[in-house]
Amino acid sequence: MTRRLRRLVSAVVVFALASCSNTDPATDGVLNVYAAASLQAPFEEIAAEFEAAHPGLSVQLNLAGSSDLATQIIAGAPAEVFAPANAATMEQVAAEGLLASPSKTFATNVLTIAVAAGNPLGIESLESLTEPGIATVLCAPQVPCGAAAAAAQEVSGVWLEPVSEEGSVTDVLGKVSSGQADAGLVYVTDVDAAGGGVDGVPFDAAAQAVNTYPIAAVGSSGDPASDFIDLVLGESGQEILSSHGFGKPAQ
Amino acid sequence: MTGVYSGMPRWLLAVAAAGALFLIVPLTALVLRVDWSRFAELVTSDSSRAALLLSLQTSGTSTLLCVLFGVPMAYALARTRFRGQRVLRALVLLPLVLPPVVGGIALLYTFGRQGLLGESLRVLGVDIAFSTAAVVLAQTFVALPFLVLSLEGALRTAGTRYEAVAATLGAGPTTVLRRVSLPLVRPGIVSGAVLSFARALGEFGATLTFAGSLQGVTRTLPLEIYLQRETDPDAAVALSLVLVAVAVLVVAVAHRIHEGNAP
Repeated sequence: MTRRLRRLVSAVVVFALASCSNTDPATDGVLNVYAAASLQAPFEEIAAEFEAAHPGLSVQLNLAGSSDLATQIIAGAPAEVFAPANAATMEQVAAEGLLASPSKTFATNVLTIAVAAGNPLGIESLESLTEPGIATVLCAPQVPCGAAAAAAQEVSGVWLEPVSEEGSVTDVLGKVSSGQADAGLVYVTDVDAAGGGVDGVPFDAAAQAVNTYPIAAVGSSGDPASDFIDLVLGESGQEILSSHGFGKPAQ
Repeated sequence: MTGVYSGMPRWLLAVAAAGALFLIVPLTALVLRVDWSRFAELVTSDSSRAALLLSLQTSGTSTLLCVLFGVPMAYALARTRFRGQRVLRALVLLPLVLPPVVGGIALLYTFGRQGLLGESLRVLGVDIAFSTAAVVLAQTFVALPFLVLSLEGALRTAGTRYEAVAATLGAGPTTVLRRVSLPLVRPGIVSGAVLSFARALGEFGATLTFAGSLQGVTRTLPLEIYLQRETDPDAAVALSLVLVAVAVLVVAVAHRIHEGNAP
């Protein structure tokens, strides 16, 4: 009985140690890419293309909120490529001296008004969101999509009174697709990814509140990281991104 | 190390110590990260005060609701026999082990604007979406089983002897409940209420999914911490410490009640 217990305990300890030691980047044939959650669909395609061109290398995508990823990288997570949803988050990581090379902008995204499929309330513009009885949800100003929403309100001079300020763009989308809210400001790519549940209504000020996506190699990452970044910036990467609704960066 | 034989092998003690460290070290790390020079300013900012006040108000209301509905539920489970009772108990206690986000989704499809009861409530002029009431519903949903579970245990331990004696002396069921049963399990009710309060205070997933997040209306302390973390990790740490302090208080109160209750 004790022998069995002892064996169990040592197995647990060994397992714990083993899972702590696997932090050496790239040597194990894995490229760790930390990317904003909104990049999920295009980055999965780009990763597949990268793996096809680099036999023996596999891409591990860590998709989460940009600030979460930045916190993880600053705390020492084994990221080799970082692609957050706004420049400010990249600057946080750059300020810690963790970037291997200066970041480059690879995509843009604009806001749109997410409404229930078929737009039953006939929402046409930002102004229609100020009508009484329209429940609008925004991102909180602390997160990238909320910063963009604040910029759009500033540009248009239309001030919204949200019923909720969510912590992520997917939460905003969820409130609209579940019918809890009538409208929400999200990125065009989110509406694209949501399928048929919601429609997007474009508005004028969106063009002046453009969100840019930077990408950079992190730490002492090697060639695979820069190859991946080249792929994202290159023709085929850009094609995949635009097929998912992302805009091309200004030259 | 002389004295009482504890009967515990050393290696077992070592494993126990490792487990205890696993629980204690993260809390120590949190305390070490507190920026004390800004602590007062961080926990008394407008948004922090609004979140703390909202948390205390909603958790207090939820606890009242838990007592109001939980006491009769525990009583029914402990003192009656009926077909399907085991299944009912399992269902009622399910939110204990359910991920809160699942509870939030379930509430959304019940009380949400397009939910099972949402339409009828709307006809009555009640719109729960994005209101403080939604927060209270979410907290009550996750906290109620705590009260039911702890009180049902207390009722079973107390037994029915005194109740039977009171009944033979001519007391009606309501009198027995009021004069015998409830006073007998009062510590159970209080500790169940304290646990429910603690659970309501920590509620995050169901609130985020079901109620939304707006300062002073639906953004409770855990939601505020989650949001502050995006831009001001120091504020998130400071507010976390406030919740830890409340948790310590709750544990202390619950412990005292148990001590007082011990034979």
